Amino acid sequence: MNFETIRKAADTLQYLLGGLQWTAALMVCSMLVGLTLGLLLAAARLSRYRLLRWPCAAYIETLRGVPLLVTLLFIVYGLPSAATEWELNDFWLTVAAFGACYGAYLAETFRAGIESVDDGQSEAARALGLNSRQTMAHVVLPQAARNVLPALVNDAVALLKDTSLASAVAIPEITQLARREVALTYDVFYVYALLGCVYLCLTLCLSYIARILEKRGFRAESARLHSRSA
Amino acid sequence: MKKGGFALNPLVSIRDLHKSFGSLKVLKGVSLDVNPGEKAVIIGPSGSGKSTLLRCVNWLERPDSGQIAIDGNVLNEKTTNINKVRAEVGMVFQRFNLFPHRTALQNVAMAPRLALKLQREAAEQKAQRLLEQVGLEDKADAYPNQLSGGQQQRVAIARALAMDPKVMLFDEVTSALDPELVYEVLEAMKRLADEGMTMLIVTHEVRFGEEVGDRLIFMDDGQIVEQGKPREILREPKQERTQAFLKRVLW
Repeated sequence: MNFETIRKAADTLQYLLGGLQWTAALMVCSMLVGLTLGLLLAAARLSRYRLLRWPCAAYIETLRGVPLLVTLLFIVYGLPSAATEWELNDFWLTVAAFGACYGAYLAETFRAGIESVDDGQSEAARALGLNSRQTMAHVVLPQAARNVLPALVNDAVALLKDTSLASAVAIPEITQLARREVALTYDVFYVYALLGCVYLCLTLCLSYIARILEKRGFRAESARLHSRSA
Repeated sequence: MKKGGFALNPLVSIRDLHKSFGSLKVLKGVSLDVNPGEKAVIIGPSGSGKSTLLRCVNWLERPDSGQIAIDGNVLNEKTTNINKVRAEVGMVFQRFNLFPHRTALQNVAMAPRLALKLQREAAEQKAQRLLEQVGLEDKADAYPNQLSGGQQQRVAIARALAMDPKVMLFDEVTSALDPELVYEVLEAMKRLADEGMTMLIVTHEVRFGEEVGDRLIFMDDGQIVEQGKPREILREPKQERTQAFLKRVLW
């Protein structure tokens, strides 16, 4: 390994990082859409009305059953070809595709979290005379949130990695840039190895932040615990 | 129903209750009245329907047919606000079901704050008083997982009392406890009984039922087989099934 190689690697890395803003933007926007949609879908799936439950279940099963890449191609290329009169922006179509899929995935995560709370909890709340909204807000959801947090972090890491699929629809995020670099330089080995390292750093950062958040949550808990007795 | 001031309106009135889970008939026409201040103790073998009966009284289970009225409010009627009625019926569960993300004090104060719209201050004062009443004033800030089973169950009793219920339901509240912790929970219940609370108790503690109960009710196979003064039932049960059951529990 000589100086030349290191310089080339640094150049490539700098070039790749130029797409980081797109990766980050995709990740954050898609996650926000996914979280919102996921919460709504989970609530609808747990509702007592069949007319709400069934379409949502069908939606979730469909999007979980179709590969993310196929959904992405369909929404970014298929939709505009069918609706030519609309001006559709590729970035937001991509966010829509990721959001639609992750909405379905996250809905399942939320549902599992809510169902992990023992039935006795809502029974106790209802027996005390709380209505169903109060029972959800004060008894079930706070406990579900705790159970759900680690799974949410997993989903966020998965989404971060899946944003690489956006390279297939020409969003200039880091994988797309890597492919351009390979097409120019034929440095297949170095470029993709570097790209892998960049993703690894990003996912490790995400897990680290999640761990800090979890710990802080725990600390807030024990602080609350000791503040009264002090 | 008041005649010359002698007959009381029953606080809990159950008429011909039927309930099935799938093909399994759990309740086969149960009728029961509990008068204000009365302590009715229900005993019987597992699967006799006694817990289901109790759970129907505050509508945690919906009966297939029959009628339930709490202090004159018929639960079956659509106009009855079920949350209001439940607030008047306290329930203590076999498995405590305390809220694990809340301290003992918050567990007790939650329902008054949310359902009775008490101010935080007032609700917590009330909760503190109730914790004292069950002997746990020093455990107000403990989380449920920091408490023993007996302590948790006493918090659960305080939590139910916080809504000022007219009647308290106890569903095998000592069954999940280590034997040495049973006593403290029964003591708390006895104090409550002495204060005149109307109680409907499902239990395996037949001796406790004899001591506290005004009436002992033996259930088997979804029906009330026999009922009467606890001492009479325990000494001279008339029905064969009651005799067989008591022989097995009181050896």
